[in-house]
Parts: sequence; C-alpha cells; structure tokens
Amino acid sequence: MSRHTLSVLVENKPGVLARVSALFSRRGFNIDSLAVGPTEHDDISRMTIVVSVEELPLEQVTKQLNKLVNVLKIVELDPTQSVQRELMLIKVKADADSRSHVLELVQLFRARCIDVAADAVTIEVTGTPDKLEAFVKVLEPFGIKELVQSGMVAIGRGARSITDRSLRALDRTA
Amino acid sequence: MTERMTGAQALVRALEHVGVDTVFGIPGGAILPAYDPLYDSTKVRHVLVRHEQGAGHAAEGYAQATGKVGVCMATSGPGATNLVTPIADAYMDSVPIVAITGQVASAAIGTDAFQEADISGITMPITKHNFLITNALDIPRTIVEAFHIASTGRPGPVLVDISKDALQADTTFTWPPTMQLPGYRPVTRPHSKQIREAAKLIAEARRPVLYVGGGVHKAGAAPELLRLAELTNIPVVTTLMARGTFPDSHPQHMGMPGMHGSVTAVGALQKSDLLIGLGVRFDDRVTGQLSTFAPNAKVVHADIDPAEISKNRHADVPIVGDCKEVITDLLAAFETAGLEGDYADWWKLLNGMKETYPLGYEEFEDGSLAPQYVMERLSAIAGPDTYYVAGVGQHQMWASQFIDYENPGTFINSGGLGTMGFAVPAAMGAKMGRPDSTVWAIDGDGCFQMTNQELATCALEGVPIKVAIINNGNLGMVRQWQTLFYDQRYSNTNLQTSRRIPDFVKLAEAYGCVGLRCERPEDVDATIKKAMEINDVPVVVDFVVHQDAMVWPMVAAGTSNDSIKIARDMAPRWESEDE
Repeated sequence: MSRHTLSVLVENKPGVLARVSALFSRRGFNIDSLAVGPTEHDDISRMTIVVSVEELPLEQVTKQLNKLVNVLKIVELDPTQSVQRELMLIKVKADADSRSHVLELVQLFRARCIDVAADAVTIEVTGTPDKLEAFVKVLEPFGIKELVQSGMVAIGRGARSITDRSLRALDRTA
Repeated sequence: MTERMTGAQALVRALEHVGVDTVFGIPGGAILPAYDPLYDSTKVRHVLVRHEQGAGHAAEGYAQATGKVGVCMATSGPGATNLVTPIADAYMDSVPIVAITGQVASAAIGTDAFQEADISGITMPITKHNFLITNALDIPRTIVEAFHIASTGRPGPVLVDISKDALQADTTFTWPPTMQLPGYRPVTRPHSKQIREAAKLIAEARRPVLYVGGGVHKAGAAPELLRLAELTNIPVVTTLMARGTFPDSHPQHMGMPGMHGSVTAVGALQKSDLLIGLGVRFDDRVTGQLSTFAPNAKVVHADIDPAEISKNRHADVPIVGDCKEVITDLLAAFETAGLEGDYADWWKLLNGMKETYPLGYEEFEDGSLAPQYVMERLSAIAGPDTYYVAGVGQHQMWASQFIDYENPGTFINSGGLGTMGFAVPAAMGAKMGRPDSTVWAIDGDGCFQMTNQELATCALEGVPIKVAIINNGNLGMVRQWQTLFYDQRYSNTNLQTSRRIPDFVKLAEAYGCVGLRCERPEDVDATIKKAMEINDVPVVVDFVVHQDAMVWPMVAAGTSNDSIKIARDMAPRWESEDE
C-alpha cells in the first residue's frame, strides 16, 4: 500500500462532501485524511484527500470519483512536485519550571505559542506529517493535555494552476 | 419564453417540454401540488399504479422497450422509499429513468416531520445523480438536467426530490433553461489510437470472441455488431442483458455465457485468446472465479463508462466510447486494412462443442410439465417480435435459454440486481411504450406474488399484457441451490401453491383479467394460442410445472467456468478436444 494525495475540485454545493466521502466508504477505501475548503473561485471547493491504496484500486476510485456529477477535476499530487501541510494545535503542560523548555522547542520547530495559562501552553504548528509527528514526540515528556489536527492540504509547485481549466468549464455554463 | 406559474405547474410544463408522455405513480401529501396541474395535462398521461415499486419497474420497462427515459412519481417518506428497489435495479442495469418525489416543506426538512425521509441521501449510492429542490425557480432547469444525465453517457436513474413549498410557490417559468453541469462530460468518441491497437490485436488473434453486453443495444449498435461479426467471422456470445442484440439463429451465435450459459459460450470465452468486450462489465455471473476466467485471453474492452474498464479484468486495450461509434470505427479500420482471420481450427472446436453440448432438459415420466418446454412453445407461437419480460430466478434463466431472440431489446429482465417481482410491472411499462407489440411477462410463482397487484392497473388502464406464471410451487432457484449445496434441506422455499393458495386463475379473474391454467404438455400450445387471441384484457396463464426441474448448465458460484456442469455431476469434456 502506498499513500496518495488527491486534489479534488468540486462544485460548491450542499451534499458534495457526503457524496465524495460515501463513495470512498462504499467502494471499500479508507480515507487517511480529508480537508475541504473554498478556493479562489466562489463556485468551486477543493478537497485534499489522502488515501493508502495500491495503484490499481486508486485508478478505480479516481474513475468512480470522476463519475460524480459535482466533481470537476481530480489531480494526484506527486509528493516531490507539491507542497503538503497539516495544521496541529497542541495543549501541553507547562508550569514555571518547564515553560522555557517548551518554548525552546516551539522555536526549534518554528511553531507558535498561541495561548498561555498558568500550567499549560497551546501551540500552533504547521508542516508535513513527519515534522508534526516529531514535534509531538518531543513534547510528550511534558504531558500533552489535548491535541487537534487538520487534514492535509496540498498544492503543486511552480506557476501552473489546476483550477484554471475547471474555471473555464464553469464559465462556459454560467 | 417566460411565464408566471406555480412550481408544480412548472414541473408539469417542463415534463411536457422534455417529451414525457407517460408517468407512473401514486399521489400523497407532499407531491399533491404536482398532481393538480398533472390532472389538466393533455400531453402527459399519468398511470395510477397500486404500489410505488410497480411505478418504478413500469418506468424501467417503458424505458427498455422504447429507449426513452421512463418516469415515475411518488410522495415523500414511504412513497419515496418504495421506489428504492426499482431505482437500485435501474442503476445496476443502466436503465434511464427519472424518479420525481415530493419532499416535506423545506422548513420541516431535518425535523423528522410526518412522512419525511432523506430520499436523496438514501438513493445517493443507487442513482447516477440526484437533486433536492427547495426553490421553485430551479425546477425547469433541474428537470432538463435530470433527463440529460439519465439518458446520456452510461444511462441510469436520476432522482429529483422537490419540497412541497417549492411546488406551491409562485415562480417564473423560462424555457429553455440552461443546464449547469460543468462536471458532467461523458466521452462517447473513441480514441483512434485505441481503435488501431484493438484492430491490431484482432488481426493477430486465432481464437477471438465478441463478448457482447447490454451496452451494445443501449447504443443502438445491433446492426453495426452484425456487420462487424459477419465481416470478421468472429464468434459472438450475448450476455443476459444482450439477448437479442445478435440473432440467436445466426450461425456465429454461441449463446449466453455465464453461470447458466451454454457450454459453447462459456467454452468460447475460456478457450479464447482475445476477448472483444463490447458494452460489458465482466460481471461475476459471467466470469465465475475471476482468476481462472479466460486465462489465455488478451482483452479489448470498450465501454462508455471508463470505470468499468479494468475494474474486474485488466484490459490490454481499453476503449472509452459509445459502442455504436466504437464498432463503426472498428468496421472502418477493417474495411480499409482488410482482415484475413484464419479461424478454421477455432470454428471446428466451437462447432464441435455446439454439436456435442446443445441446451437440453429433462422430461418427466409422470406426464407433468417441463418449464423449458413451455418456453420453447411460447417462443415458437408468440414469435420473435414479442417482448418477453422476465422476473428473477429459474424461469428467468429458462426464458433466456429456451426462447429464441432475434431482435435487440426484446428480452427485458432484472439482470444486475436480480429483483424478484420485476416482471409484471415492467411488462406493463413495456406494453405502454409498445402498445402495438405483444408483451409476455414470464414470471415465477414467487415473483408473481410480490407485484401482481399491478394487474389491477393493467386491467383498468387497458394494458393487455400476458403473464405466464411458471408455477413450480417453490422459490425454485433457491430450492435448486438447496438441492445442490444444502443436502436437499428445503428450508423455507416451499410456497405451497400446489394447494391453490392463491389460486392464480381466480386471482387473475378477481383483477379483471382472463385466467387460464395448463398442467399437461399436450395442452400447452392450445393454451398459449388462446392467450394470444385475447387482446382486450390482460391474460394470466398458470403453467403448473414440475418442482424438480433444474437450470443447466451451471457454474457454481465462486468456482471456475472450467468446472461448468451440464447436469448434476456431469461436466463436459473439453480438454481432450483441446489441441
């Protein structure tokens, strides 16, 4: 099994997320991560879906996704040709003794401290899954009280945009 | 054209504009506003069915007999959920239907209101697409989009759920509306490079087979298929969904492949070195155990749905396109390049199989009726211009095996979903679409008891279908599996219709139909002829047949096509004929 990152452009309409996620589950694919949000065009939302599958089933799920009427375009992003990021918020124990150690790690990982209480700090960190994993590991000894993580978002490197052509298709029908 | 009217009026007007002449349905609370303008429509005939499932199957039968989009209508909640089975059936068999359902008022959606069901959520996995309309302004455009999606590309069911307030609201009706489907672009034109690659493989093959499925007739490509087959001299097998697409009487026709296929058709696929799949999906009922299916064959696979290609079996040459265009392009490729296929050895092998293993059946010494004989006589007397509409089970397989189909689309049945109860309502729909043709429903006693209420609809609406009940008193196909795989322990398969509960003749008469009964082989012809003479009311014939009749040949589920049996513990001898 290998990990694949799919960028899926969809019409910004109610129920589209349900159509996409239900398709994955009924065809027997597990989604590792899914992030959805608006794009530079009001009518288009973009999903970033990470799946662990073999090559052949990936082709099948991509074809099935393409059949959804609200799906405009699917691009598989090559990890070497794209930038991939996740966002994590972590609440970690930090009293007067340990706080400076925690803040030092925040500096090292280029994370940010976004909330401070007497015995805890909340940290915001973005990066690749590997980096976030490493960050969590170094914070564990202090005591992680709470952790929340977004799905991965990804975008291709270079000047090319995957939304351009889909936009033109939308314009034609508008 | 712009006019003020209600959402309900806009719905009926839109249906008229897209060419709908028949709607099958039942009114109820949420859809009620639509039934008021429907009452006035002179273009759309609404047929009041007795159960929404009947409406759905009737729409399917209508669609399959005419090639047009079938339409059914139901109210919210239970009305809509009763459509789920026919919608799933249409999805599996790629039948173009549009289901229109009423929904509770938009303000009540999500509150568990009376007769509320999330039908767009429920049907998401069994529709090609569905819509929920809460704004009357969207009605005309959505209807156009629904019909476009249902009928183009790979056809399929589309559901349009409309909230009651949208039907009641005043709106502006504008025609024609502009479709907004930027994500829907079915590919129909095959890639010329793929056609060349396919032609090359075909030219090199020594044992090619044209493996023909439902997609060929849906593309209206039966004439092109005949030309291609005759030009290339390649043998043809027709799947359950393709019966009639290539004439049964044609010497190049090898029969139906699959679990109950002919030895020759199954053998042709297994021994082939090139499968030319046209509008097929390599269904498990055709391939048997996938890993041993046609082990030496390369595959050319043409289908309008790219997701079917290489889904079950890897395609060496994938062709995405409409089968009519694909076959036309293949013909052009051969007409210019010429094709000198030397298939003498291949034909010798196949013709040998055909001679040694023709379809046959067991006659019973007690003088009782063999169901296969009924099919043979029906075929001979009703002829190839009749539409035959089957339910699901043994009678369906016998109808496929023992009726000779010469014309595309004349065998209508529930293939993919295997929906018992399909036949009577689908035959009603087919007859309404083809009023000048004879329509015979071939049903089992089990199937018939699931949907026979539509005989009331047929009798009252003047739809004189004919129904042959192949009455063996059992859920026959399930019983056959119990005979073969469950030590003849007949758990819950005996319907006891031998006790005349119900009495199908009396039941037919109660529904205002003519009821006939036939129990002996010598009466079959006269009974069928009598049924053929009655054309003013529906006719139901109770053919009481022997309960131990079995469907052969058979490839047991999950096993290899190579282990096909022609009768219990009897396998054809293939290997000795090989090489």
